[in-house]
Amino acid sequence: MLTKHRLLPVLLLLALSGCSIEPWVQPYERARLADPIMSFERDPVANGYRHHVYQTREAARGAEGGGGGGCGCN
Amino acid sequence: MSIRPERRPVAPKVVEEVVVAVTEPRALTHRIALLFSPARHWLLLMLALLPGFSLFATVLPEDRADIMYHRYDGGGVEVDGPSILVRKSVMDTVSLSANYYVDSISSASVDVVSTASPYTEERTESSLSMDYLHNKTLMSLALTKSDESDYLSETGSFSISHDMFGDLTTVSLGYSVGNDDISRNGDADFGDQIKRQNYRLSLSQILTKNTILGVGWETITDEGFLNNPYRSYRYLDPLAGDGYSYLPEVYPRTRTSNALALRLKYYLPYRAALSSEYRYFNDTWGIDANNFELAYTHPFREKWIFDIRYRYYTQEGADFYSDLFSRRAPQTYLARDKELSSFQSHTLGLAMSYEIKPGFLQFVDRGTLNLAYDYIYFDYDDFRDLTRGGVVGEEPFYSFSANVIKAYVSIWY
Repeated sequence: MLTKHRLLPVLLLLALSGCSIEPWVQPYERARLADPIMSFERDPVANGYRHHVYQTREAARGAEGGGGGGCGCN
Repeated sequence: MSIRPERRPVAPKVVEEVVVAVTEPRALTHRIALLFSPARHWLLLMLALLPGFSLFATVLPEDRADIMYHRYDGGGVEVDGPSILVRKSVMDTVSLSANYYVDSISSASVDVVSTASPYTEERTESSLSMDYLHNKTLMSLALTKSDESDYLSETGSFSISHDMFGDLTTVSLGYSVGNDDISRNGDADFGDQIKRQNYRLSLSQILTKNTILGVGWETITDEGFLNNPYRSYRYLDPLAGDGYSYLPEVYPRTRTSNALALRLKYYLPYRAALSSEYRYFNDTWGIDANNFELAYTHPFREKWIFDIRYRYYTQEGADFYSDLFSRRAPQTYLARDKELSSFQSHTLGLAMSYEIKPGFLQFVDRGTLNLAYDYIYFDYDDFRDLTRGGVVGEEPFYSFSANVIKAYVSIWY
């Protein structure tokens, strides 16, 4: 028997399967977004180190973005 | 014997999220569900949706190598070392990357000079990752090992992501599991462990032809010995000469934290980018934190890129934190780790990048020389600097600044 929790993905699936989303930003309009300066992760090694410094000095952690995170260390 | 009140566990390495398109939902679902049981419904939903949408032309990450020297100097702590990353694709289906990272630590922090003696330490971290492209499906698997004299950590990570809604939206899922073995230098009888798990969900959304939004959620669960085996709490002791004494900290053996991040990047009318970031954090120890960041990226004359950023961070301390407890063991959990106290930090960061074309290396397409400097100022609301003396419980509050330098070369080939 499907609980409410398990039914939600099914309902979402049904709702979305019939959709055809027309992108409001066409592929040929994405030149600016493809510029390296618009990347969230332009320098993964430098970003990873920056997150490591903050994780060592601050209690907050997580959701740093791709390539972020710290280490298993203390 | 090295005494190390400076240190505490942090989260495991997060692998890069990758773009994925799936053509065999059943087989893939079955394989991934074994790894992703808590996120299974999300995954099943995502995979089931795929055939209905146009898919992004998935590609492997670019082949590149980075060699970095990093240095942190602040609050009596100096940490420096190299970080080397090499990424290379094999045929058209696999991209392998390896990272080697070293922290050489020399610590005489305020905690150390109050309760222990300075120490030196070296930590090495090695990571291997593989991105696999199969029928437009790209998945990432990473293994990380971190090694120091009293702390050994191993982490495995998996992530998968997919473009949908006309390639305007990218959804990514990630899971990491790690095991840490903790010992105490000079104490052969002490040994304990931590099990860590991370669950990540992120969304990248093209809003307009100039604007991208990123949303990230991460839940982290830790179970085991979560405090620092060298650190002590302070309590009032009329019999002590200073009026206070120390005993080893006591932390809960579980911690669950949640973080939600929003990132916005905007392409200005001329070629430059404005970025902003907000993150909210809370955990089961009563810590609440917020940070906000604003950054500006400005290319100059083809070869230069300059970045300037400001970041503000603030946190409310843990429920069981106190700079000075009223007596010995007045409660179950006791901490005086300044990272668990209430404080603010400000960061001002500058970075510059210069593009090069090393003609003598024919296999290199291009490269960059990079230098970055961060000034970070930490200001504590409830952690006192005992090195400056004063009436017990009324010593001046602690603050310090740190200088962080990154110098690195990147090449693409």
